[in-house]
Amino acid sequence: MAEFLSLKEAVSRHINNGDTVCMEGFTHLIPFAAGHEIIRQEKQDLTLIRMTPDLVYDQMIGAGCAKKLIFSWGGNPGVGSLHRLRDAVENGWPNKLEILEHSHAAMASAYEAGAAGLPLAVLRGYVGSDLPKVNEQIKFIVCPFTGERLAAVPSVRPDVAVIHAQRADRKGNVLVEGIIGIQKEVVLAAKRSIVTVEEIVDDLGASVNACVLPSWAITAIAEAPKGASPSYALGYYDRDNAFYKEWDGIARDRETFQAWLQENVFEKGAA
Amino acid sequence: MSLEYTSSEMMSVTAARALTNSMTCFVGIGLPSEAANLARLTHAPDVTLIYESGTLQTKPDVLPLSIGDGELCESALTTVSVPEMFRYWLQGGHVSVGFLGTVQIDRYANLNTTLIGDYRKPKVRLPGGGGAPEIATSAKEVFITVKHSKRTFVKDVDFVTTVGFGRDGKARDSVPNIGQGPTVVITDLCILKPDPETKELLVSSLHPNVTREDVIAATGWDIRFAENLATTPEPGTRELEVLRDLKARTHFHHN
Repeated sequence: MAEFLSLKEAVSRHINNGDTVCMEGFTHLIPFAAGHEIIRQEKQDLTLIRMTPDLVYDQMIGAGCAKKLIFSWGGNPGVGSLHRLRDAVENGWPNKLEILEHSHAAMASAYEAGAAGLPLAVLRGYVGSDLPKVNEQIKFIVCPFTGERLAAVPSVRPDVAVIHAQRADRKGNVLVEGIIGIQKEVVLAAKRSIVTVEEIVDDLGASVNACVLPSWAITAIAEAPKGASPSYALGYYDRDNAFYKEWDGIARDRETFQAWLQENVFEKGAA
Repeated sequence: MSLEYTSSEMMSVTAARALTNSMTCFVGIGLPSEAANLARLTHAPDVTLIYESGTLQTKPDVLPLSIGDGELCESALTTVSVPEMFRYWLQGGHVSVGFLGTVQIDRYANLNTTLIGDYRKPKVRLPGGGGAPEIATSAKEVFITVKHSKRTFVKDVDFVTTVGFGRDGKARDSVPNIGQGPTVVITDLCILKPDPETKELLVSSLHPNVTREDVIAATGWDIRFAENLATTPEPGTRELEVLRDLKARTHFHHN
């Protein structure tokens, strides 16, 4: 059964230095509050996996939490670069960052395979691309039935999954609505999971086919209102597109980034 | 009597015209999204638009800043998970057109969105592949829209993130179960199409008031022109008005 913890306690107890951590949410429901708590607790040497690193990993990479990043699209959507990610890759600041990159189709398949308990995912992918030349995780296999050449990538099976969701009921069952991305897959693929939610309610109000994660499939739940901002939580608040644009200026420069981090993450405790 | 228009508007309107009502289009963010929604709001109201965030048959009122804005989900017929999007709907063969943008494109329509320079020591690190590598092979055909410049139109891309026809124009030959690849590239100067034999991009139509010399000066290889070179029709008044309204709504919404 999921245990209700404060966000501080959940991060402290379930995320260790050196862990492989997947913080997912495809544009929607990105777990920013949890990311900030990881920064405050100065976790280090994390292998971070996420399809779209987004601002949350830009912040964690700039804060020195990561040693390796596995991803498939590393930009600020509709705005431009993730400058902290670029500074780490191009200049090794604040520390060297190893990267391993995939396509979205491969990563989505790898999460699904992780949830299914398989060692690999198979897809019709990477045809003619140079990505297999720079990522040794990408291999090709021959279908034993048809002879077709297909791509194979290892499944994602992280130490910890961290996601945000709309709400949990008092037993710890969680409802995810809207763009559900790979929230279900990453929780099922991981050894441990932390789910932050907008609120805890008596009744989830879920329709019969809704995306519900049962309490017994989750390790810890922490209430974190606005925990996905500046991304969004459908039904609660909109994406703060103005902040995504503003981030470009903040993250471009090491000093403005560090000042932002000090004021907005370190000096603000967990909710 | 048509309105005055910019080269960017010419590009968006021309790109929109490539889409028809019967198409199911997997839409990339940025210029493709602008063109696809312009098509939906003008001549192709029934075109099916799909974004990689899992939103099927979406009808946003403003252009999304990201591929997963709430607007896309709320105006969609339904929203599926990301693995379902890529595995069932794209790889399963339900997408007729992949509409992509790029940072670099070469003479065989290979796309680079990974980096400029050498992979281990990049001059500029770019976002990476995202959905494009498999959109380009699983969609039945691919449309590309990008602004024309020597930095963008290079003889050979620094990195093939997403295959057009490969370094030699033959990458799709004898690969089963993939689409035909890029069929049209729309820029702010012209329309290019692959030569049916060699797959090298040829200019098939020049936009009004654009010369061959303009295109040659903005292209990083010895660009060739089709024998029956056409002139692209000008944007219509309604197309321009709808495009400007869409961009004004979008600007207001995101600021």
